Amino acid sequence: MFNGPLFTEFRAMAGFAGRFLREGFRPRYEWLELANQCYAIGYQSLPLVGITSFIMGLVLTLRLRPTMVQFGATSWIPVMVGLTIIQELGPIITGLMVAGKVGSSIGAELGSMRVSEQIDAMEVSGTNPFKYLVVTRILAATLMVPILTLLADAIGLGACYLGINLQGVTSVALFTNNILGRLTFGEVLPAVGKTFFFGFAIGLIGCYKGYNADNGTEGVGAAANSAVVLASLMIFLLDLVAVGVSTAFGFI
Amino acid sequence: MSPALPPAPAAALPAPAPGAEVVLTVDNISKSFGDNHVLKDFSLTLHRGENVVVLGKSGSGKSVLIKCIIGLLTPDAGTIAVLGQPVATLGHAALDQLRAKVGFLFQSNALYDSMTVRENLLFPLRRHWLADHKGQEDKLVHEALDDVGLPQTIDQLPAELSGGQRKRIALARTLIVPPEIILYDEPTTGLDPVTAREIDQLIRHVQQKYHASALIISHDMNCVRLTSDRVILLAEGRSYAEGTYAELLASTDPIVHAFFE
Repeated sequence: MFNGPLFTEFRAMAGFAGRFLREGFRPRYEWLELANQCYAIGYQSLPLVGITSFIMGLVLTLRLRPTMVQFGATSWIPVMVGLTIIQELGPIITGLMVAGKVGSSIGAELGSMRVSEQIDAMEVSGTNPFKYLVVTRILAATLMVPILTLLADAIGLGACYLGINLQGVTSVALFTNNILGRLTFGEVLPAVGKTFFFGFAIGLIGCYKGYNADNGTEGVGAAANSAVVLASLMIFLLDLVAVGVSTAFGFI
Repeated sequence: MSPALPPAPAAALPAPAPGAEVVLTVDNISKSFGDNHVLKDFSLTLHRGENVVVLGKSGSGKSVLIKCIIGLLTPDAGTIAVLGQPVATLGHAALDQLRAKVGFLFQSNALYDSMTVRENLLFPLRRHWLADHKGQEDKLVHEALDDVGLPQTIDQLPAELSGGQRKRIALARTLIVPPEIILYDEPTTGLDPVTAREIDQLIRHVQQKYHASALIISHDMNCVRLTSDRVILLAEGRSYAEGTYAELLASTDPIVHAFFE
């Protein structure tokens, strides 16, 4: 049972993560490449994440309003949309968008470098390709996804405010008081905390698939594709785990 | 049958004198991938300033051999000594120092797609030499590009270059940290005959300018003829025949003859 391809893959990926932990925190540190990757993963993903978060916040508000009007609870719209975005939709949408954009890009880039011997060339040039290519990308994804999520939350809430004001009038102060007055630290912490794991999973899976690509260009395509699919699935699994842990520790 | 090849050009250097310094020793190495025994007790020596071509069929283990020499693969048995240092026992730092003295021209060129030609050339320079040559980086990049006749490509990306230009840039990257030994993996594969001859001439030019030794993996007989001081025929994982191009050309052995006819 534990020798099937799924477990073999899982063991290999766990070994890859172990190597990241062993090599990632020992010199030589690739600061410049880490900064480049933070720019590529964080800054260059912001337009995509921002647009999807804006649409998500606006649609959620507009769809929720008729129901809330029926119950005479329109004043609860900011709280309901705010909590939904901050606790679930913001992290999940950001994770999925980054997995789609960055996970596939890392898988394809490293896969292409592997099959065209660029990774070997790097090693011959006195560079540890694992540190230069893998450690920097995993760290950048781990650091950038939480920041992108916070920005996505803010953009989504802005869209919610816009949606409310399209069909009524609410001041910014009332809107923010309504949300912030309901939010506790214990509700925000797990929502932000899990995004570090989302970023780690996206970086790890993209790098693992790309770094171990073979079979030429077909292997590159397969690496990019499987990186997106597996990273997206992993985001939902990690979210499920996060809900379980939050419940167990009394955050929900 | 194709016509007999003309004799080697006069530009070829004489083979090193007996007793010349040995810079590379491969001693009875074996390498297998599962049931596929690629190398079986293969041995060779390379002298300073000498060009040795390892000739063999596709899949005969030629590329595996040079990847073992540079430490990208580890042989199952046998020893490899590069500039007197046993590759298998070196730590990361010592191996990196040794690799700074060995250039490797990859079959696929292995230029970094996301970097310009300048950045491709600066990469090994900064990695191997760090602060020592900071003020001279630009000068060294221009010198290396002049050596391969492509100074105008300095700000281009590899995707904007032709196959022959990419090969030359890859060679420039190999030369930018002056190597004592250069490993060429199929340097003319995939190139048109004219460009392939230009690469062959560059290999000779590099040998003369840097007095570097070269191990050239090839099955292009023109390349073998133009670049070799000595030829080793790799067959069934072993060193099947060895000699100058002219000696092997005159061989009546059917396996050797199959390559040279």
